[in-house]
Amino acid sequence: MNLLGLVRGLDGIGVNDIELLSQALDGDRRSLAKMISLIESGEPINLQKPSNNWTLGVTGPPGVGKSTLIGRMAEYWVKRGEKVAILAIDPSSPFSGGSLLADRLRMGDIGTNKSVFIRSFSSNNYPGGFMPFLENVINLLSNSGWSKIIIETVGSGQSEIRIIAYADRILLVDGPDRGDIIQAEKAGILELADVIAINKADLPNTKKTASLVREGLELGDNPAPEVHLTSALNGSGVADLVDHIESLDLDWDRLKIRNRELLLAQWDSLLLSHHEIEQHLEKLCDGSITVAEAINHMSSSLDIGGD
Amino acid sequence: MRIVIAKPGLDGHDRGAKVIARALRAGGHDVIYTGLRKRPKEIVRIVSDEDAEALGISTLSGAHKTLIPLICDGLRDNSLNQVVVFAGGIIPERDRAELFESGVRAIFGPGTKSSSILDFLDSIGNRKENDEPVGIGEGSRWHWGE
Repeated sequence: MNLLGLVRGLDGIGVNDIELLSQALDGDRRSLAKMISLIESGEPINLQKPSNNWTLGVTGPPGVGKSTLIGRMAEYWVKRGEKVAILAIDPSSPFSGGSLLADRLRMGDIGTNKSVFIRSFSSNNYPGGFMPFLENVINLLSNSGWSKIIIETVGSGQSEIRIIAYADRILLVDGPDRGDIIQAEKAGILELADVIAINKADLPNTKKTASLVREGLELGDNPAPEVHLTSALNGSGVADLVDHIESLDLDWDRLKIRNRELLLAQWDSLLLSHHEIEQHLEKLCDGSITVAEAINHMSSSLDIGGD
Repeated sequence: MRIVIAKPGLDGHDRGAKVIARALRAGGHDVIYTGLRKRPKEIVRIVSDEDAEALGISTLSGAHKTLIPLICDGLRDNSLNQVVVFAGGIIPERDRAELFESGVRAIFGPGTKSSSILDFLDSIGNRKENDEPVGIGEGSRWHWGE
């Protein structure tokens, strides 16, 4: 593996870390796990995106069975000889900063298969949902031979939706009797989705929910994504869903919307982590400045980093 | 700290493990719960893939003398020497010395306050800062409450 061809600049990276990176790229699983920690903690490694990079984002309201469904999809892929990496992002407690990362346990036994690599992330300390290291984690996995990369997040707010914008294609999951994703249209979830799964098809009312979602989608201007019925419990519909996802053409309009989300996420993140945000908030409260003045002042001194 | 909470073997009771997971989360830690009935080698793989710093093993089945040493050996065999292992559940006093011998750094029984587990994790942090050995494969004989 030629490291120099993959890494954009090795300045500031220690010899040991380069060795670790090289072992990770050669397929050593433990080195991969350690390298991901280094990247998450801010190690300045910028890997090239390989041409066969394949990513899927999975989002949807809490409790609809996203993790269980991903476990089923991973089983199907593993049978076909694919290597599946899953990045499971869970929110952290706003009070303690701690998190309970429980997606893995719902993915079932496939989670410890040698062809499946699951890594849990807590979304803490990433204001605006901007997790800048994710792109490099994805590129690292992709360069290390993981052929399917899935990013799972809880679709419970704007920042959660933004995380999913790192993926090239997006699956939105909902459950029967919910219709939450139609409610969520305002948040922009629907226009990001390439395909929708109504999960828990083993329960009554799933078909009805699917037709309501289809009707809702037909009102939009863009070509509507397909709506699939799946049961993560008994596996029905999962093979069709995976086959459809694989046949998707990447849509440039959606790519633009996703990049817009990434841009907004970084902007929010910069503003929220600005060193004078507290002072500006106080001044806004006592009426000594206007919102426009606060924005103007802070935007002139944003710590953008990079080049 | 990134901590894996694991339930090894044929043991279907995880209320305790879940209470601990929540207490650790409230203490500001990132907790990954494995779910029930994991094999020792599966637990080792989860600790490795998640790059966890600590592993808490909960067992109520009576198989602790078999399962816990298997997990400890598995961690060492996979060069996960820095991982700190602690245990909880129903582990009689007479079995504890043997488990400490295999590298377990703390054992918490029924009636333990969640604050003592957080204190233990704080002391782990301090020991690491002072370069004192505390991981499963770092050759220390120290354990909590000594």
